[in-house]
Amino acid sequence: MRSIIKTPLAALAATTLLSGMAMADGHGLTGDLRIFSDMSNPAPRAIMEGLVEEFGELHPGLEIELTVVDREAWKTQIRNALTANPPDVVNWYAANRMGPYVDAGLFMDITDMWDAGDFAGLESVRGAMTIDDRQWGVPYTYYQWGIYYREDIFNELGLSEPTTFEEEIANCQVIVDSGRSCYTIGSRYLWTAGGWFDYLNMRTNGFDFHMELARGEVAWTDERVRATFANWRRLIDMGAFIDDHQTYSWQEALPFFVNGEATAYLMGNFVVPHLREAGLSDDQIDFYQFPAIVEGMPMGEDAPTDTFHIPAGAQNVAAAQEFLRFVTSADVQSRINGPDGLGQLPVNANAEVADDEFIQQGFAMLSQNATGGIAQFFDRDWPAEMASIGMEGLQEFMVFPDNLDDILERLEDARQRIYE
Amino acid sequence: MTPATDTRSWLQKNRMTVTPLLFLLPGLLFFVVYVISPIFQSFNISLYDWDGLGEATYIGLDNYRELVDDRAFETSLWNNLKWLALYLLAIPAGLFIALFLNQTVTGIRLYKSLFFFPFVLSQVVVGLVFSWFYLPRVGLLNAVLTFFGLDSINVLGDPDLATYGIIAAGLWPQTAYCMILYLTGLNAVDPEQIEAGRLDGAKGWKMLWHVVLPQLKPATFIAFVVTIIGALRSFDLISIMTNGGPFGSTRVLSFMMFEQALSEYGFRMGYGSAIAVVLFLIMLVFIGYFLWQMWRDEREARH
Repeated sequence: MRSIIKTPLAALAATTLLSGMAMADGHGLTGDLRIFSDMSNPAPRAIMEGLVEEFGELHPGLEIELTVVDREAWKTQIRNALTANPPDVVNWYAANRMGPYVDAGLFMDITDMWDAGDFAGLESVRGAMTIDDRQWGVPYTYYQWGIYYREDIFNELGLSEPTTFEEEIANCQVIVDSGRSCYTIGSRYLWTAGGWFDYLNMRTNGFDFHMELARGEVAWTDERVRATFANWRRLIDMGAFIDDHQTYSWQEALPFFVNGEATAYLMGNFVVPHLREAGLSDDQIDFYQFPAIVEGMPMGEDAPTDTFHIPAGAQNVAAAQEFLRFVTSADVQSRINGPDGLGQLPVNANAEVADDEFIQQGFAMLSQNATGGIAQFFDRDWPAEMASIGMEGLQEFMVFPDNLDDILERLEDARQRIYE
Repeated sequence: MTPATDTRSWLQKNRMTVTPLLFLLPGLLFFVVYVISPIFQSFNISLYDWDGLGEATYIGLDNYRELVDDRAFETSLWNNLKWLALYLLAIPAGLFIALFLNQTVTGIRLYKSLFFFPFVLSQVVVGLVFSWFYLPRVGLLNAVLTFFGLDSINVLGDPDLATYGIIAAGLWPQTAYCMILYLTGLNAVDPEQIEAGRLDGAKGWKMLWHVVLPQLKPATFIAFVVTIIGALRSFDLISIMTNGGPFGSTRVLSFMMFEQALSEYGFRMGYGSAIAVVLFLIMLVFIGYFLWQMWRDEREARH
């Protein structure tokens, strides 16, 4: 299969052969570089293809073959890709989601590169790439989570951004009284409920407790976990969430927000382009950090990180390493995460943050008011199996809050089996 | 004249036995490699704890012990039973549509193809169409219900209704399939026997039950086989319409097996294989019965 990149590359190589030779000679990378990427949505795909083209120009001796796999399909295909004839660079996710491949020895340990300072400016995200005190890849983008809300409706009702849970609930009461729902959510694919749990638990019990629960060190039947659910129940009982959310995907839940039937959406920053496309102007939408529940408790935040890794069986390790350096460099980071690119946060501290209302707010929030810690997300922090059983329980709780005891016992049974 | 010694080679002598064997060989080889051996592999893997990547640990029958206590498994098993029982409705429904369409009116071909149409659609499309039909606020079903002043229902969001909603969607193409089987069968019904029945005063139900249905037995048999196997294989509709939810209430064994072994959060190969083995054993009961039935029919036909 010929990669779509090869043709422009060949043309480029021909035209820049004379002029570019001198510059490229210094690196002297040769051979094939095979990259498997899951950046299959239109915008990320263009970024990835651009990156490969640019990297190819820098290293004309390299024959780069890019294979873009559908993002959802990649979540299961990565296993085959890593075991049979592995490529040189692959996309994946940070934190616990790396676990199975690290344990099976399928990701290359690149701690040396981190120690040698190859990734200057990435110190703050090193933790997310660490398992067993070693580093297994590099991040290339991340994004904040938080509450996106309808600024125009808030103004109409005379509400302002809440900073405490009591204010949040008071706001919500006004919204419910106006005949709207406070939050839209589509929990059909479960993970959106995980976001709510992450925030309610981090705000009720703190980031450290949240991580202890993720590592299986605390029982699901613990009183502190129940306190989290009690807070959640206050919202459910007052009718804060839209009806029938278990039937919708997160995209299908968007029209409620766009039509003003629900005024807020707890989501990742990737929701913003969808809202703009649906015709909402930046005057109509705004963002605030999930409010504090316990006064003075340091705020923990969800900020899922997407990554690049070198498979253990990579053939062209030198080129793969150079690609990781390239993709994390401040200059490349500024560009790929810019408003014309992914529209997300750069991982390199020396990179420029795009001039965008939401990215700027997210950046400020994560760098100044996420002192509790930065979590990846329910389905990335918990082991896969626990995450899937857990999120199913969370969805059930949102529909039938009275089943809580039964749900928690089920999750506790699963915890005792999974973490043993 | 002395009898000539047989100078033909062994191959030539045994041509009549060797030729069919040679023709069978490629098929048999594929059957063994891709059907028989994976069955035994599944049996074997079900005794291990294995994530598909690392070392597999032998754990004996622990996977099966876990299955017994697993509520998701219990739900799946019950749902499989519901599928089996309700999916069979496709057979009488198909029969009556076939009887209804088995007449000579202008444009009957067009009507037949319209009735057959759902079977041509991909299951994915059927699933999508039905999930739109069931949508809580804007779906056609709820539009009709509210028109008649009834409360709207969220079929696919209600754990008690969702499975029935999916089965109803599955019945649509399956009925069409059974209809086609019966339409072909009806072509073969002997007009002389109908005539004879009529002379003896058989009409309506009696005619159907005593004269027509016995002649449709082969069609009924095939309809049973495809419907039962279709019910046990139900997967695409569930995946499209509810993805196993809400909270796992629409899972069936095949879907649960996929989730445990191959989905994003799964990769418990041993546990998934144990589910596959259970599903295989259930199917074996039916398949065994079908094979026995076919063997018996063939033997009777020969005598």
